[in-house]
Amino acid sequence: MSALLTEMSDRALQLGVPFSVQLDLTYRCNEQCVHCYLDHDDHGEMTTTEIKHLLQEMAEAGVFILTLSGGEIFMRKDFFEILECARALTFCIKLKTNAVLIREPQAARIRELGVESIQISIYSHRPEVHDAITKVPGSLQRSINAIRFLKSQGLKVVMANVLMTGNMQDYQGVRALADELGADYTLDPTITPMMDGDRSILELNAGESVLRNLFRDESFVGNADEFCAPPPAPDENSMLSLPCSAGHTACYVSPYGEFYPCVQFPLSCGNVRQQRFIDIWRDSEQLKEVRSIRLRDLTSCSQCAHGASCTRCPGLAFMEGNMRGPSTADCEKSFARTGIPSVNLLAKKENASTPRLVQIQLVPAITGSRLSGIGVAASAVAS
Amino acid sequence: MNKKLYVARSPRIAARKLGEEMLVMSGQGSTLFTLNPTATILWQAADGATPLEEIVERRICSEFEVNPEEAMRDAEALAEDLAKHGILLISEQPIAEQSIATPTSPVQESR
Repeated sequence: MSALLTEMSDRALQLGVPFSVQLDLTYRCNEQCVHCYLDHDDHGEMTTTEIKHLLQEMAEAGVFILTLSGGEIFMRKDFFEILECARALTFCIKLKTNAVLIREPQAARIRELGVESIQISIYSHRPEVHDAITKVPGSLQRSINAIRFLKSQGLKVVMANVLMTGNMQDYQGVRALADELGADYTLDPTITPMMDGDRSILELNAGESVLRNLFRDESFVGNADEFCAPPPAPDENSMLSLPCSAGHTACYVSPYGEFYPCVQFPLSCGNVRQQRFIDIWRDSEQLKEVRSIRLRDLTSCSQCAHGASCTRCPGLAFMEGNMRGPSTADCEKSFARTGIPSVNLLAKKENASTPRLVQIQLVPAITGSRLSGIGVAASAVAS
Repeated sequence: MNKKLYVARSPRIAARKLGEEMLVMSGQGSTLFTLNPTATILWQAADGATPLEEIVERRICSEFEVNPEEAMRDAEALAEDLAKHGILLISEQPIAEQSIATPTSPVQESR
């Protein structure tokens, strides 16, 4: 982020303005990626009229950066009508797409409409790997063709590479492909749970040894010794710091109008079909709670050596069961980076090594006939 | 007699008012600018149909205590500067409506 954009984002925080919003236009998709966190069925997407009305409300609320994403945005037949409306309202527009449906005419129209950047998911430079992840034969070639069309229009393209078990050897190849195509490159090493809470896809995470190698690759992290150095102890200022922009200057709206602090933070704060966008932003009790949280309030992170330097995601923590708790995926990243386990990882290790008997012995202490019955049963198991 | 100048907001920029300032991102290289209050007034009034002279007289001289000739010189220099960055269009003829971005006034309050 440029210095001026950071300054403006800080100003937005002071003014209470939702500076940046991700709006998912649909969850439908023409790819079926193995790691995707979405349910692709249409459960009643907002209509064109509803979306245009929402865009007007967002502009009036002061939203500047608008990311249009999905699902696959080009699955909506009214995509360009929505984009035209958004540009007429002078949003700074970023698109996220697999680009499979972008040909020369679409690329030219995107340029005419003054889109700031287009982020395209590329999982490998090898078709057999990329297409196995998307489950669509020929998808890599079509995405690469689209990148060429977009670049020929002078547009900014970012290749987004999610790292997982199926492609963990290929990130250097994807970056070389980005260089060849004149695209920017970004790497995301975290697989997130399904939005409905199903955590089975986390098995696709690339694992600690891959992360450790990545964090020592100076072509990615710069000075590896500095990047992997032990974290500085959290000071008084860091204890008062905000976890991230979710709910503070940024938020997310689903294709069904549900309003969340972030796409990775499925805490419903309201629905724009029933309330004005600005009213949810200002008055939602859920958002007020999210905004109240500082590092000092976090159950284990406030005691952790990584507290001030960790990339802890409050949304992933919420999906683990507690928005004030740790985000284990980020604990694992901090550990892979520095070799120092977080308070959360140490506690998990201790719990795993403690016999179940100890936990069961707590139950008989609870009085009451129903609970006593459970206690007896547990004791029986223990013996 | 000097020719009239018409100014219009470029349709290829992103813009939003944030507090007292106008935040503008030019399509040319994703460059970000903030406009001060005077430049913001000029940019918001740049509808392609009202001559620059009239904008200065009605929107700037009425708002700030400045000499009209001096204000006009400053406004021309500012318009040229904004045009260089692709934020404003300048023409000696009125500029068609479809080439103009629509400014939106945000609702804002401190929290």
